[in-house]
Amino acid sequence: METEAIKSLASAIAIALGAIAPSLGIGMLASKAMEAIGRNPEAASKIQTAMILAIAFTEAIAIYALVVALIIKFV
Amino acid sequence: MHISFFPETIIEIAGWPISNSIIMSWLATAFLLTIAFLLKGKLKLVPGKFQCLIETLIEGMENFMTTVTGDKEKTKKFFPLIATFFLFILVSNWMGILPGVGSIGIWEEGEHGRFLVPLFRSTNSDINMTMALAMISVIATQIFGVSLVGFFKYFSKFISFKGPIDFIVGILELVAEIAKIISFSFRLFGNIFAGEVLLMVIFFLIPLVVPLPFLFLEIFVGFVQALVFSMLTLVFLTVATQKGH
Repeated sequence: METEAIKSLASAIAIALGAIAPSLGIGMLASKAMEAIGRNPEAASKIQTAMILAIAFTEAIAIYALVVALIIKFV
Repeated sequence: MHISFFPETIIEIAGWPISNSIIMSWLATAFLLTIAFLLKGKLKLVPGKFQCLIETLIEGMENFMTTVTGDKEKTKKFFPLIATFFLFILVSNWMGILPGVGSIGIWEEGEHGRFLVPLFRSTNSDINMTMALAMISVIATQIFGVSLVGFFKYFSKFISFKGPIDFIVGILELVAEIAKIISFSFRLFGNIFAGEVLLMVIFFLIPLVVPLPFLFLEIFVGFVQALVFSMLTLVFLTVATQKGH
């Protein structure tokens, strides 16, 4: 196969596989946070702040995979 | 359709290449400075509408920061840095969605035919800019830590000879600081650059009506990334300047 075809394939596989685990992680985070808010609505804003922070960390991993995919495709 | 990873150089001034993303960062800075100078010297005790708006913004940011730091004195110390990060990244991201950014440019010849070199490009879609912001954030954390906790007390977190476990934890902390620079820069860069690529592709495919939800997504992502960058910097600052264990 020519390099262009393999590059496109590699770029697609990189982001596809790299997005599985962070999305599962974010789903787990959000579900636990909603449970906690449901139990204790007064602590909602504290839980929300901590949740957004944790989601930013997990989403960053998906972004690393995306950057690798973009590097393969464009550089 | 030509997507380039690195920003294109528009002109060279005295040997320094000026890229299209730097021009956008100057525009964002000019916008923020205009707002600041509009209020300078005109602050009244009974505020008018514009001053009221800015005061609401600043007070909201300060209250939010106090919920993270837990201490009003610390909030006052960190406020200039954090608020600047937030406002600059927010304004840069939102200015990158404006019509004209990425579409107004100069046609040039390349190996694959004609391509457009845009005159304006979203500031944070440039890895140099996000790397610079990340380095400022991490180095400012070290400086604040040293100035508020003391030189030897702060660096005893990284280099400690109290025992084998503390020594290894210290080395891991050092590695974590380097990882913070990379993670900050790539988070912001990846989000904004991917958003640019997405908008370019959507506008290339269907320019009418369909891009609307993607533009809303970009507005949201721009806000969230500014918030996350400043909030993470604030959390790391709070952790670095807390006394005791």
